[in-house]
Amino acid sequence: MSRLDLSQKLAILSDAARYDASCASSGTARRDSRDGKGLGSTEGSGICHSYAPDGRCISLLKILMTNFCIYDCAYCVNRVSSNVARARFSVDEVVQLTIEFYRRNYIEGLFLSSGIIRSPDATMADMVHIAKRLREVEHFRGYIHLKTIPDAAPELIEQAGLYADRLSINVELPTDQSVRDYAPEKNPATIRKAMGEVKERKAASAERSYTGKRGKRFVPAGQSTQMIVGADGATDATILGQSTRLYGDYKLKRVYYSAFSPIPDATAKLPLIKPPLVREHRLYQADWLLRFYGFGVDEITAGRSDGNLDLEIDPKLAWALQNRALFPLDVNKANKDMLLRVPGFGTRTVGRILSTRRHRSLRYADLLRMGASLKKARAFVTARDWTPGTLTDSADLRAKFAPPPEQLSFL
Amino acid sequence: MIYTVPLPRIGTDIAWRDAAKRLIGAGVSPQDVLWDFGAEMGELFATATPLPPVTRRIKAPQSFVALANSVVWHKDPQRFARLYTLLWRLRHQPGLMQDRADRDLAKLRQMEKAVHRCQHKMKAFVRFRDLRQGGDRRSFAAWFEPPHHTVEPTAPFFARRFADMDWMIATPDVTAQFVDSYLSFHPGQPKPDLPDDAAEALWGTYFCNIFNPARLKVNAMTSEMPKKYWKNLPEAAHIKDLIAGAEAKVREMRDNAPTLPPARAARITKRLRKDA
Repeated sequence: MSRLDLSQKLAILSDAARYDASCASSGTARRDSRDGKGLGSTEGSGICHSYAPDGRCISLLKILMTNFCIYDCAYCVNRVSSNVARARFSVDEVVQLTIEFYRRNYIEGLFLSSGIIRSPDATMADMVHIAKRLREVEHFRGYIHLKTIPDAAPELIEQAGLYADRLSINVELPTDQSVRDYAPEKNPATIRKAMGEVKERKAASAERSYTGKRGKRFVPAGQSTQMIVGADGATDATILGQSTRLYGDYKLKRVYYSAFSPIPDATAKLPLIKPPLVREHRLYQADWLLRFYGFGVDEITAGRSDGNLDLEIDPKLAWALQNRALFPLDVNKANKDMLLRVPGFGTRTVGRILSTRRHRSLRYADLLRMGASLKKARAFVTARDWTPGTLTDSADLRAKFAPPPEQLSFL
Repeated sequence: MIYTVPLPRIGTDIAWRDAAKRLIGAGVSPQDVLWDFGAEMGELFATATPLPPVTRRIKAPQSFVALANSVVWHKDPQRFARLYTLLWRLRHQPGLMQDRADRDLAKLRQMEKAVHRCQHKMKAFVRFRDLRQGGDRRSFAAWFEPPHHTVEPTAPFFARRFADMDWMIATPDVTAQFVDSYLSFHPGQPKPDLPDDAAEALWGTYFCNIFNPARLKVNAMTSEMPKKYWKNLPEAAHIKDLIAGAEAKVREMRDNAPTLPPARAARITKRLRKDA
């Protein structure tokens, strides 16, 4: 095999990394380099430096250290039984790419993942080495996200957490059975154990010692995970149930949903499908309702008997249509919890309603200026000069929002 | 009496605030003030009436000060007059800033949002090129065309981030320079001739390969990265080909028959499962 140059390696190892959905660079400790001795800053909100034609943000240099892998996960482009081209970056190459891209303002930092080579410990040790070089030799103060290798020794995870802003371990599939079926070398219990350890370690770093000193910062941006959607038969209720457990038990910052997407050299065991992008979108909407709008999984998934979300309308609207007896709501009187349940009202709109109605009572046009989407909300609220009349209970209300049935066309 | 207030392109925020304090202090109503940004009004109004002296401390809500500090950078020629009108109304309506539905305020909030978005996009889309000048500190330069006057309020972000290198962001409006840890502003300029930078080809390679052709969503891309920015983004040159080739790439993945695993696969898997 001829030696690959840097550009060829970058092509192979970014191609291999694109199935990881996370690109977040927000919510970490504030840092800058005003002292002139280092490079980089993180200031709370992340920055998306570019967008690919798939509509996804490019914030981090998202690459694999190597795509050689000894595991055989059916959904993965890098599985041992695939014939894709293989490559491996040296430590130096990853460090130089990160620093040179960063200096030109292309990226916020590095998201480094890897196939498993030799052993989990050896792979993790190499990744930690890269992060250490960036922090201690290059004095890099930008964002670092490291993928944790399940089964790696706790000491390595410990070190990784001191250099990285975020750690993540993918649970990969929504149920243990699916993991056994499609990722035979991975063990769901081990993955959960590793997430539990990161959680414990992060909690410990936040505590003060008897001298009142805080420990060293450990993964200030927390940990996240990813689930592939549509590769196995799991319903949305199962997926969201799993997410709720993950958020609760392991204090995850984010669960990412990744629509199963065609890969080169796929296995016969898992036929390729058109990626279920709408389903992925609805799952993210539902995830938001669970975390910021006070909804429970049961409420969101009760609408349909098959345990899946309605693909045609968003989950909040679907819930409101099922629970019309609770509406219309008076925007001048309703409490915060209920206002959050109005379709077309976001958390910001609700905040603005609450602060403005202390001064005066609200009209329809006021709601518009506050950023409410009244196309949706109008059927579910009353204001000083607005009442939806029979609209709330009209039989064709759902049809007003769902896309019209598609006309059949000739083949 | 009509006051004509000249406002410079560099330091607009401080100049506006100073003038507004004096005018409000003297009870000058909004219709008696003409704001002249960057001497755009020309000779006709060149004889500026001296502004009233500072007579007392003027108080305005903190939220108004923050709003004004953003809105002064908007490109709308009416921005100064709109801000002054709101300040005028605030004298008798102290609760006005909490009214999220007031028309004047809603318009200014919208302008504030546009400026914030413009600043955010500037942080994202400025692309430096290596000037390869040697010396202790490396130096970089960029050409950027922001839709609002956002170089000055956004430059400190670049100073916090790229403190160990020298850099320049040139725009038609204002040019920011950071040399030996010192940030300064200069008049705008035409597009400078910057040297080629080999890193742009690598960045293009990354852009093309991180793209997933099976998820083509062109509108999602352009809503966050509008076409007006593309001419100064090196990676944008690839977009057309990526879109055109996406369908064929996906078809190829789908139609290719599964291949036989490489010879090493069975050996590795067998060893792994034995150890487990």
